[in-house]
Amino acid sequence: MRLNMQWTWFHRLGSPRWFYQKTQRWLPWLSAVSAILLLTGLIWGLAFAPQDAKQGHSFRIIYLHVPASFLALAGYYLMAIAGAIGLIWRIKLSFMLMKSAASIGAVLTFVALFTGAVWGKPTWGTYWVWDARITSMLILLFLYFGVLALRYTFSSHEASDKASAILSLVGTVNVPIIYKSVDWWQTLHQPATIKLTSAPSMHPDMFAPLVVMILGFYCFYALALILSTRAEILQREGKSSWVRQLVANKRGEV
Amino acid sequence: MQFDSLQQLMVMDGHGVYVWSAVTVSVSVLIGLIVKPLRQHRAAIKTIARELDLENTSRLTATEVSDASNP
Repeated sequence: MRLNMQWTWFHRLGSPRWFYQKTQRWLPWLSAVSAILLLTGLIWGLAFAPQDAKQGHSFRIIYLHVPASFLALAGYYLMAIAGAIGLIWRIKLSFMLMKSAASIGAVLTFVALFTGAVWGKPTWGTYWVWDARITSMLILLFLYFGVLALRYTFSSHEASDKASAILSLVGTVNVPIIYKSVDWWQTLHQPATIKLTSAPSMHPDMFAPLVVMILGFYCFYALALILSTRAEILQREGKSSWVRQLVANKRGEV
Repeated sequence: MQFDSLQQLMVMDGHGVYVWSAVTVSVSVLIGLIVKPLRQHRAAIKTIARELDLENTSRLTATEVSDASNP
């Protein structure tokens, strides 16, 4: 009995219905906060932050490149953990989160690679080099693509969910390699700008808008993940009574 | 502000092409991350509504038929 009491919250968390209803109220706040943070950070970084002594104005790309890379990597962990939870406890919602995280992660990895390439041209003189950081980031993009593609290779959700989860778990090996690539190998890519263990190597006037952008990207990530998972829930749970009730009520309002 | 005019902000001493193309592509792709699930959400609701309609009409015709056969 006591055991049951302790586990009810866990199963409620895993209920698509609970997630769908709970997140409804968060959406306006999350949208407002992400919009404000991203607009402030972008305008601040593009027009008001001082230019870099060596790189000039092209360094302003950092305000998109670093936050996108951050979330592309953090999002991979989130996807793999969601996959593991889905495999271990057979929670459907967890797999839906995993699928949403895969498409958002792929887009963010693309943004990181694209902004990096465009930044590389004026700074290194080339759009692309096959160095450790950039190549491992490209592998991350392919891992995300793989997780997404597995969805279409099986006819049942269950089988494709399991396969995607296993691929995401195997791929986690790549993430620490990406983090450490700038220390382990000689690369063109500069070392990390922000480290938890030491003071930032940037001037505070440049650093402040970057912090705003990173916070904005975190909020944006949460928003995109919730929106995508809600859509996924409706697509997969269309036969369940609560979704049908919801649609019937929605129509009553119109 | 680091720039004296809007033109300077666009040109950025020759780096404007790189900075603004990075901004344009990133922003449009990120907007897509919001628009796409909203569209899918709306489409899913439409599909379910259509299914509900179909069921309602088939139930109605079923009762009509049974009414006709048992006057």
